[in-house]
Parts: sequence; structure tokens; C-alpha cells
Amino acid sequence: MNSLIPLFVILPLGAAFIMAIMGRFIKNINKYISSVIMILLFCLSLHFIFRTEGSFVYKVGGYEAVNGIPIAIYMVLDGLSKLILLIISLVGLLAIFYSISYTKQYTAERKFYVLFSLMIAGMNGVVISGDIFNIFVFLEIAAMSSYALVAFGVEKHQLEASFKYQVLGGVASLLILLTIGLIYWNTGTLNIADISRQLTVNCSSPEGISVFMKFISILLISGFGLKAAIFPFHTWLPDAHSSAPSPISAMLSGVLIKAIGIYVILRLFFNMFPLSYEISLTITILGTISMIIGGLLALGQWDIKRMLAYSSISQVGYIVLGVGIGMMLLASGGSKTIAALSITGGLFHLVNHSVFKGLLFLNAGAVEYRTGTRNMKKLGGLSQVLPITSNTSLIGSLAISGIPPFNGFFSKLIIIIAAIQARYYALAFLAVLVSVITIAYFMKLQKYTFFNTDGSKWVKKKISEVPFSMATSMIIMAMLCFALSLLIVPDVRAVILKPAVDVLVNYADYSTKILGM
Amino acid sequence: MKGMTLIVKKITQIICPIIFVFGIYIIIHGHLTPGGGFAGGVIMAGAFILQILANGNILPALRKEEEGLEFLESSAILGFLIIAGLGLLFSGSVVFFANFLNKGQLGKLISAGFIPIENIVIGAEVCAAIAAIFIALVVYKDEESK
Repeated sequence: MNSLIPLFVILPLGAAFIMAIMGRFIKNINKYISSVIMILLFCLSLHFIFRTEGSFVYKVGGYEAVNGIPIAIYMVLDGLSKLILLIISLVGLLAIFYSISYTKQYTAERKFYVLFSLMIAGMNGVVISGDIFNIFVFLEIAAMSSYALVAFGVEKHQLEASFKYQVLGGVASLLILLTIGLIYWNTGTLNIADISRQLTVNCSSPEGISVFMKFISILLISGFGLKAAIFPFHTWLPDAHSSAPSPISAMLSGVLIKAIGIYVILRLFFNMFPLSYEISLTITILGTISMIIGGLLALGQWDIKRMLAYSSISQVGYIVLGVGIGMMLLASGGSKTIAALSITGGLFHLVNHSVFKGLLFLNAGAVEYRTGTRNMKKLGGLSQVLPITSNTSLIGSLAISGIPPFNGFFSKLIIIIAAIQARYYALAFLAVLVSVITIAYFMKLQKYTFFNTDGSKWVKKKISEVPFSMATSMIIMAMLCFALSLLIVPDVRAVILKPAVDVLVNYADYSTKILGM
Repeated sequence: MKGMTLIVKKITQIICPIIFVFGIYIIIHGHLTPGGGFAGGVIMAGAFILQILANGNILPALRKEEEGLEFLESSAILGFLIIAGLGLLFSGSVVFFANFLNKGQLGKLISAGFIPIENIVIGAEVCAAIAAIFIALVVYKDEESK
């Protein structure tokens, strides 16, 4: 039992309410408290990645299992959770540092940091919870604070986006809660490891899982698919992610849809349900369609952040495709090595996407901060007046389009190689095709925003580069776009990605391992 | 929003304290009888809401009230977290949410370790939150109609 694990929830949750009280009396203290908390969380997640091995279980309240039946609420920290926690704290730290200058334009500045910390607490809670009902509770904490943050500017379109997000988020929560109820009715437990044991005992017939289990799986895919914005549940995302303040867009697109959407889908469908070919096929198909649809819809956008939001749908499709291929191989008894390669590609792309999409949203925020518009038709020639923003944005665009030597190239390459090795040639072709589409719309973004000086009024205007804290965050993220290419080196990959991949590939070990602790 | 007639105001004056005390009763017996922090908190907030409905709202006073409620809400949650975190220090084995106090005798009012204390904090939090939400709605509606 490692007693540091609950700190992932205690620190941001406690900080949020300390800030709600202190921020009233001391000006600007919220900025310092939230930055310090994010640095602490980042160090904590680095500690777990580099200094510890294997999985940990933390029993809240200290109640031991009785006759092998878990009673306490379990907090589980294994390879996959460690990886997601690292991303949350990394992107969160850079976003909060960026916010220090960015939030000066808002009147209720102190509440921004309170909500931000609550969102971090919710996401961390989802990731470390080993219990399906607590996943729901923390998911609601993260979702509620993100509803408020999307509407933070209280302009008309922001309120409308937030309302749309709330309605669809409410539907998702309803589906998830209904499913949790059905699972509890069927198995009599809420602990993921225990449910998994019950399901393998009761529902493992030679022809796969029962119809009832398939029904539950579909409900869960709908619920968490809505949170992860997978096609056909993606309609709220472009509004919500483009209306939020930019550091929040970076958090929502970079981390939130992965922590409360993709992560939970992976955890539940690999480690809780018995793997089934039909369900993994469904997930892969939905991923492929959202990859294509997101890319095609992004092509036609003229609002920078809206384009980035559609691009998120497309890139999440890549992640789901990578993991889905692995899932199909594992379910149909194919090669474990190729499945591991494919899942590595998916998780690698998940890490990369949070960094470059975070960077691109911060860039869009910087452009909006200095020019007051996000419409590409009204911009142009910004590379001469905003050099840091322009160059970091170029790096981000190259990385997301999959140009070597940036990180996006390697993750897409791994996914495509795995698809070819698994003989899904059509999927490999589609992945390449969408990569070309990605280049197309990011060239459009670069040209109209930064390079096209024809008739641009911005070149003559004396606008200066963004403040220090915003520029630093963008530069660090751009450097990470380079540095994460190192994950292709086997030794580095073995430390960061492999433990996470192992949890998914050896999906059946989860239950016995967690219950044995 | 204007106040109601004298009859309503008078009767509210009489029953509000009773409702409030009943809420407190539900909260402190949370570990013995059905109900607890949440149910009791809602009942206590009900007493507040009844007062506002009967007497009408005086906006400046309500705004001030709302700030106070926000403060109470935040401190109550913080209190809850601190009591849960004390388990890390005093339980002997570094356990979050450990019931480190003496459990006492089953069925007595002072028993069950820290659960009654947590119930009281939750009661304060729920009462403050629900009253704050109601006041926020009232203030918003009045501002809109002006």
C-alpha cells in the first residue's frame, strides 16, 4: 500500500477550496497556490513513473477484504494510470502557467483557478479510482467544472456552447449511471476487479459474452463515447472546445476527453469486460469514422479554434483506431506482439496529441489575445509580429500532420505499421489518407494566420509578442514535440509506455493482481 | 419579488425555527436513524427558502447573504477534507478516511467515531449550497426583470 496515492485527489481538491476562501482576501494568491499544486502533482507523477514499478492498491479507510470480497473503496495505480496522470499534470502545469497572464482579461479571475483545480481533482480521481461508481462521481466533478469553465467568458455563444455541452454531458452521465446500476444488479459489486472476476465466472461461454453484456457494453460505449467525442457523439465538442478560454480548451482537448473518455473505455473494455470481437470491432469502426469525419469537417473551418476542435475528433479517432486494432487482435486470438505494437501506437499518439493539441490551442489563444479575432479570413502576416507564437505553432502543425522528426510522425507510423502487419490494409490506407488531409488543413491554418501578408493590416500595426508566461508555456510545449520523439527509442519506451501497454495486453491479469493485494 | 400577507409571514415566523431544529436533529442523528448530513442540510436550507418566499427579497441583503453562504460552503468542504485527511496523521497506518476516533457504544448519540462530525460538516455544506443556489436564482430573476 503506497500512502502517496490519495494525494492525487487530496491536493487539488483541498487547494480548490482553500483558494475559494483565501482568494477573497488576498489578491492573486490563487495563481500561486494553483501553480504550486500543479508542480507538486507533476513531481508526484514523475516519482511514480520513474521510481516505482508495478501496480499499487490503496484501500480508502483501511478496510481489508473479507473472504476475498473487497469492501473498501479501491484506488488503483498501475502503468496506464501513471501515464495518464503524467499527461494530466504536465499539460495542466503548462496551462496554468499560461493562464497567469491570459486570465487578466476576466473579472472573476480567482474563480477560474478554483474551477481549474476542481477539474484536475476530478480527472485525477477518475484515473486512480478502482471502483466504477467512484469513476462516475469524479467524472461528474470534472464535467461540472468544465461546464462552468466553458461558459467562463459569459458571452452569448459561450453560454450556448456550455448549455449544449451540459445537455449532451447530462445524457452521457445518465447512460453511464444506468449502466453502473445494471452492472451492480447483475454482479452485486462495484469494484472493477471484482466485477471482472464475477463476469469471467458467470458469463464466459465459448460463443463469447451474453446478449445482456453486449447491451451494457453498447450503453457504456455511448456514454463514454459522448465524453470522448467519438463519432457519432461528437457534435458538442466543436462548440464547447472553441468557446472556452484557451488554456481550458487546451485542457479539454488535450487531456479531459482522454482522461474521462478514452481512459475509461480502455480500462473497462480491456480489464473489466471479457474481450469480445464484436465490441472491439464496433470501437474500431467508430474510431475510424471519427478519424475521417473530423478531418473532413476541419477542412472547411475558418475559425482557428473550431478547426482545432474538429481536428481533435480526428486525432482521437487515430488513438481509438490504434487501440481498437490491438483489441480486435487480442479478442480473435491473433498475434500478441502485433497487438502490443498497435496499442503502443495508440497510447503514444494519446501522449503526443495532448502535447501538440495543447500547444496549438495555446497558440490560438495567443493570436486571439493580441488581435481579438479567431477568424482566419481577418488574420494574416502574423509571423512578422508574433514570431514566438508563429514558430511554435508551425512546430505544432508539423507534429500533428506527422512530419518527421516530430513526435506525431512516429506514433502515426507505429499505428500504420501495426495495421499493415495485422492485415487491416484498408485501415492503414485510411490512416495515411487522413494524415494527408491533416496536412492540408494545417497548411491552410498556417497560411491564412501567419504567412499570408497580402492585404494584412496586422503587419503595420504595432502589436507585440505575448507576455512571458504565455510564451514560455508555448516554447516548452514546442520543445516537448521534439523531445517526445525519443519515446520511439526502446529504452525510453520501456520506462514510460511499456508498463501502460502491458496492463492492456495482459488484460486478464488485472483482476487477480488487484484482488490479491 | 414582494412578500406575502401578514398571515403567511406570521406562520412562517412560527414554523421556521421548528423546521430548522428538525434539520439539526436529522443531522446529528445521521449515524443512528435514516437521514444524515444531506437530508438534514436540505431541510435546514428549506427553512431559509421559506423565509425568503414569505418575506420577499431585499436584494442588497441577499447579495451579502450569498457571499456568506459561499464562504460557509467552501469552508465546510475544506473541513470535511481535513477531517478525512486527519486519518493520514492519527490512524497509525497512514490511511485516508480512517475512522481514528473512539467508536463508542452502538446506538448511543456520541458513537461511531468521526462519522457524526463528518455529517455535521456535510449538513452545513448542503444547507449553504442549496440556499446559495436559490438566492442566486432569485437575484438573477430580479435583475432580469429590471
